[in-house]
Amino acid sequence: MPSMTLTVNGVAVEVETGTTVAVAAILAGQPCRLSVGGAPRGPLCGMGICFECRMTINGKAHCRSCQILCEPGMDVRTDD
Amino acid sequence: MTRVACHKFDVLVVGAGPAGMAAAACSGQCGVRVGLVDDNFSPGGQIWRSESAGRPAPEAAGWLERLRAARVEPLCGVRVFDAPDPGVLLAETADDLCELQYDKLILATGARERFLPFPGWTLPNVMGAGGFQALVKNGLPIRGKRVVVAGTGPLLLAVASHLRKHGAELAMVSEQASWGSLARFGVALTAQPAKMVQALQLKRDLAGVRFATGSWPVAAEGNNVLERVTISRRGQSETVACHYLACGFHLVPNTELASLVGCQIESAFVRVDDFQRTSVPEVFCAGEPTGIGGVELALVEGQIAGLVSGGRIAEARNLFAQRKKLRHFAAALDDAFQLRPELRDLPSAETTVCRCEDVPYSRLQAHPTWRAAKLQTRCGMGPCQGRVCGPATQFLFDWTPDSVRPPIFPARVESLAALASSPEPEQPAVTGGH
Repeated sequence: MPSMTLTVNGVAVEVETGTTVAVAAILAGQPCRLSVGGAPRGPLCGMGICFECRMTINGKAHCRSCQILCEPGMDVRTDD
Repeated sequence: MTRVACHKFDVLVVGAGPAGMAAAACSGQCGVRVGLVDDNFSPGGQIWRSESAGRPAPEAAGWLERLRAARVEPLCGVRVFDAPDPGVLLAETADDLCELQYDKLILATGARERFLPFPGWTLPNVMGAGGFQALVKNGLPIRGKRVVVAGTGPLLLAVASHLRKHGAELAMVSEQASWGSLARFGVALTAQPAKMVQALQLKRDLAGVRFATGSWPVAAEGNNVLERVTISRRGQSETVACHYLACGFHLVPNTELASLVGCQIESAFVRVDDFQRTSVPEVFCAGEPTGIGGVELALVEGQIAGLVSGGRIAEARNLFAQRKKLRHFAAALDDAFQLRPELRDLPSAETTVCRCEDVPYSRLQAHPTWRAAKLQTRCGMGPCQGRVCGPATQFLFDWTPDSVRPPIFPARVESLAALASSPEPEQPAVTGGH
């Protein structure tokens, strides 16, 4: 399976083609976001309805990472 | 800069799962211009989510071929958020705004999992059962990982089997329904040979896996990430170490768009007649939004809606008997996987119910209605717009949801600005013809 490298909060993660950004964040050991009360959250629904996996991708905020495929060199931020 | 793209179709199908694919294929073969929109990056819906980039799920391949033959135009990564006028939907892509015009609309918006709050359910690595399966299909390696599958519904066993094939170690499958109610369901299955074969296959796939009926998760714990789950059964509780908890309590229909275009909703489902027509002229609905019935029923309903939208009424009628039989299965599903009342006691006072706004159970208890709770606590006012906490509070407190208002998904400010500034786009890219 061909693979690629992207960064999650500046740390390089290698993933296979066809991997979603939500999965890359789990592989990087990063929560997708902090809740309004400051608790770490990860993906829940996996299908774009719960918004728990939203993060900043290539500078664009609030992207639902479970519906977006990784691309080489992508800059993913969960700490914005 | 947000661009406005216009697409015009004779028949527009929203949702490219089994119901939507069948509807679009059947409609398209009647010689009309058909568009098929979906917010995922590829068609197939949740059940036929592809496991490898660029290759469709094998079950979807035949329908994809029919879609190509019928010259259906697929629009993936397109999320509908508003229905400003009859015959018009507004949608967003990753960068742009889309105006989708139609003469006839077929809603095949599918279902989502029902989530019930219990202490610790907000920890990372606690996910929906289908949600976890989606992540595994999209690249999450689980070989050697310990997983607990919990909740209710036939999806649990299908997910468990899939996870096992991918090398997960299944610590337990916990089903809240009693053994007696599953046995009754098993008897109902015998009337449906195809379903019976699937059930027996699942049984073989899961040989040796611990399957605990009449049990449910009461706590998920860990230091910032899931480490263990406590399962309650017959008054005893047992704590199981695991990496992931895949937990969903059957399905609830996605009826937001149907509500927005004015379709009558009856007991939470979109009301349709024999021809899958909703209460709104030229608007059809097929699949889970009309009743949770599984993939075979969705395919038949989709075909009927597609054929009727293309004017082939007699062919549609030929499918009625098949649909009737499959609806018996849907009724048996409903009966078997009803939520037991004990699950209403799962949340503690501090348990978060609304994940978007971090509203705990204790702040909701005092309110008489969903609307009062929303206004006082912001429950359901976050980006998911109550898609997660709405069905949960409906079960916990018997609240009924509010009427649906646009946008049904949060839209970007740029999209709303583009709408305001260019009701008539200067040079719209018109597509949709052959």
